[in-house]
Amino acid sequence: MDQIRPERDYEAFLAEGRFMIQRSRSSGAYVFYPRVAEPRTGARDLEWVEASGDGIVYSVTVVRKRPPEQDYNVVLIDLAEGPRMMSRVVDIEPSAVKIGMKVKAKIASEDGKPLVVFAPVGDQA
Amino acid sequence: MSSGAFPRGGTAFVAGATYGMGEAPGYDSLDLAVHASLKALDMAGMTPADVDGLFVALPSDMMSQLSMAQYLGIQPRVMSNNRVGGSSFQTYAHMAALALEAGECDVALIAYGSNQRTASGKLVASTRPSIYQGPYKPLLPISAYALAASRHMHEYGTTREQLAEVAVAARKWANLNPDAFMHGDLTIEDCLNARMVSDPFTKNDCCLVTDGAAAVVMTRADRAKDHAARPAYLLGAASATTHMEIASMPDLTVTAAVESGRRAYAHAGVGPKDIDVAEVYDAFTINTILFLEDLGFCPKGEGGRFVEGGAIAPGGKLAVNTNGGGLSCVHPGMYGLFTMVEAMEQVMGIAGDRQVKDVNLALSHGNGGTLSSQATLILGSEATL
Repeated sequence: MDQIRPERDYEAFLAEGRFMIQRSRSSGAYVFYPRVAEPRTGARDLEWVEASGDGIVYSVTVVRKRPPEQDYNVVLIDLAEGPRMMSRVVDIEPSAVKIGMKVKAKIASEDGKPLVVFAPVGDQA
Repeated sequence: MSSGAFPRGGTAFVAGATYGMGEAPGYDSLDLAVHASLKALDMAGMTPADVDGLFVALPSDMMSQLSMAQYLGIQPRVMSNNRVGGSSFQTYAHMAALALEAGECDVALIAYGSNQRTASGKLVASTRPSIYQGPYKPLLPISAYALAASRHMHEYGTTREQLAEVAVAARKWANLNPDAFMHGDLTIEDCLNARMVSDPFTKNDCCLVTDGAAAVVMTRADRAKDHAARPAYLLGAASATTHMEIASMPDLTVTAAVESGRRAYAHAGVGPKDIDVAEVYDAFTINTILFLEDLGFCPKGEGGRFVEGGAIAPGGKLAVNTNGGGLSCVHPGMYGLFTMVEAMEQVMGIAGDRQVKDVNLALSHGNGGTLSSQATLILGSEATL
């Protein structure tokens, strides 16, 4: 029997450079954030699967900081698999991030820990 | 699903009060809640000893009902401190109505107090963000609401000017309310030129950070007139939730107020067209727009256009947030109970310079978390029974 430990497993995968989400074996539906069971059905048959990393910006805000601190964006990303997650779009000016922008996940390092961020796909910047 | 058997008009708000609006240095949150409660009990001709149902939330006290019962020296039969953020108080009124109707208690006191401004000076987050959100450093709660505003602007063409209309209308009402923390002129231009905090919100799109306390007293309708000349009867109450963290909100332009409103209206047997004043939890300017839509005052997506041209300001087509709201009157962290006191005062006809004429039906709407919890009350005068 699988023994999923949501936060511990997720962070362990990230430390290996893998962005993993979950999928129910019975329904095939994807789940993020990680849990011990599928929402609504309660199905305890979630397995870890590699996320495609493909996503679209669902919404964006730019947190404004007083210099010398830098402004940064906070986004919600709709993953190609269905679930939505909070993240940050990098490799672009914070205020240039637009809703509907196609993005691809990558794993950055922040405060000494791995973190899933997204970068614009192609020439959208 | 059954619509339930809410006791329409079976209970009433017989008194309500606020205390320490703005700044109340030297008091802790419970002191303030007690002061507001005693003012409300005075108004009802009661003392703490009459209270046998106690519903209270304080900012950082997990057992606030025990603390308050001890402070007042009472042993209530029914207590709760259900915590769904700023909408907690609407849920208390809902539960109190059921408990009163069932005879589980006879006098329900609902109270809140916070010294947020003088104690910390900033909006205090009441929960720890998960590891799935915290590392991205959203400025909570502001950024979560800003994400909803961005999406609403994207889908419906809502503009920053329309958001500013909400802040300006709130200020105009506040100017009629001596208890409001903010007074003075505020223009659309002022809002647009204010310091950006979390796009598209400037500081003027964000609620105040104040101290403040509020309390209401509820009884069964059969004795309400012993305690109030013009009780505000509770006709409908309902709550609903869609998520906790903003990433899990199914659609950032549609809140659970659709559901809480639908059930509250059904209990009351009225609709949005019947409502004389709407007191909706405006932690941010987008809230007012979302709730006007979700509570049926205008179609989805039309909220921005609905508020244009001073439509919700004094003299407009709908009286909204007549105390000045969380934007210009008071916002000590959980504002929901202040909408209930204002709705009650409007039905009782005791709201002073900001009194709307001939109020028979008032809506009070609470919001909690990051658009997470929604709870709606419909209050009515005797004529609506």
